[in-house]
Amino acid sequence: MSKVVVDARRLLCPLPVIRVQDKVAALMPGTRVEAVCTDPGALHDIPAWCRINGHHILETRTEGDEIIVILEVGNP
Amino acid sequence: MPSQRKAIALISGGLDSLLAARVMQEQGIYVEGINFFTGFCVEGHTHAIRKQDHAKPKRNNALWVAEQLGIRLHIIDIIEEYKEVVFNPRHGYGANLNPCLDCKIFMVNKAHHWVRDHGFDFVVTGEVIGQRPMSQRKDTMPVVSRESGAEDLLLRPLCAKNLPPSRPEREGWVDRERLYGFSGRSRKPQMALASQFGFLEYAQPAGGCCFLTDARYAAKLADLWASRGTKQYELDDIMLLKVGRHLRPRPHFKVIISREEGEGNFLKGYRNQYINIESISHPGPLALIDGEPSFDDIELASRLVARYGKGRESPRVELEVRDLEGHSYRLAVKPLSPSEVPEGWYL
Ligand code: SF4
Repeated sequence: MSKVVVDARRLLCPLPVIRVQDKVAALMPGTRVEAVCTDPGALHDIPAWCRINGHHILETRTEGDEIIVILEVGNP
Repeated sequence: MPSQRKAIALISGGLDSLLAARVMQEQGIYVEGINFFTGFCVEGHTHAIRKQDHAKPKRNNALWVAEQLGIRLHIIDIIEEYKEVVFNPRHGYGANLNPCLDCKIFMVNKAHHWVRDHGFDFVVTGEVIGQRPMSQRKDTMPVVSRESGAEDLLLRPLCAKNLPPSRPEREGWVDRERLYGFSGRSRKPQMALASQFGFLEYAQPAGGCCFLTDARYAAKLADLWASRGTKQYELDDIMLLKVGRHLRPRPHFKVIISREEGEGNFLKGYRNQYINIESISHPGPLALIDGEPSFDDIELASRLVARYGKGRESPRVELEVRDLEGHSYRLAVKPLSPSEVPEGWYL
């Protein structure tokens, strides 16, 4: 399934959240978004943002110094 | 049945904005939160950079508050627009480089635009008269309402009873009797209200909500402007002011030296933008040079960098210097002794 990638490497929170938020605003419900971050704060900030805004976290994982968060755009 | 009224609440992540939004929810108002990122916000940045803090990354308080309230939160990047507020505050600066009154006016203005653009009814803030010496005084409250353009669509639920009724009160959208009349610097009324609502845990920001209130940070920013001869900054500049030791050995260049591994890794991300120096013969910090140093300056900077590495007692330390084209060369230098680093170099 295709997904939209948000490159938030080297950005410090809350910028990764802002980048995801601004991207998601233009996407249809059901679209998958993969955020690639380096600030470990993204590991709970992006899921927190998803919870309050009605989006769904599908996966979070760490690959070396990178943190990958995959979410599905909800229908808030 | 009248339709539910909608308010946008400025959410800083502190207790006052949490309570103000909650008071509105108690009155049946639909609330969403708005939070502005200026680049100077006291968030988990230094925490995110420093290696020893990685195990317990800091939460974003604004998101946390929104989650406690069960409201949506919009985080708005205002880095570019906010520069004008920092450069030319009409109402001047506070104790340091904090343009608090202009900042508040700017943010309420943005929130008011949001209200108009999204079909909301009014703006809510957690301001309390007398809480902050610059922006939250009885005489500045009407200034914020007027100059932000929000006028009487700005409601401060925590101190509304000390102010003339706003439109939401006059129109009966909210009941003025169930608002509050807090004033002064005491936090006790807020803490009592928090426990009444069952909020047992909340952030207590000490000095203010951003780095501009921090004397050391403000001194580094003032130095940056003085060295460039103009009040300008980019996001990278103001991020770097939060990281490492900053020393200015000569007016035309400064050296940013990492203090631990996490900071070194962070500074590595800037190696293509700044001349940088790293110790080779001994474990030591990574340093960036901001400015236009001569070869002699680079040698001086290298001696300074060597002073902060494990080779500080050695007669010679070898370092690698990388220029802006990515070319590198090695220098062997004698580390500066503590007495050779004047106090005035530290920013
Ligand atoms: S402390 Fe900073 S963010 Fe808060 S009002 Fe003052 S200038 Fe604005």
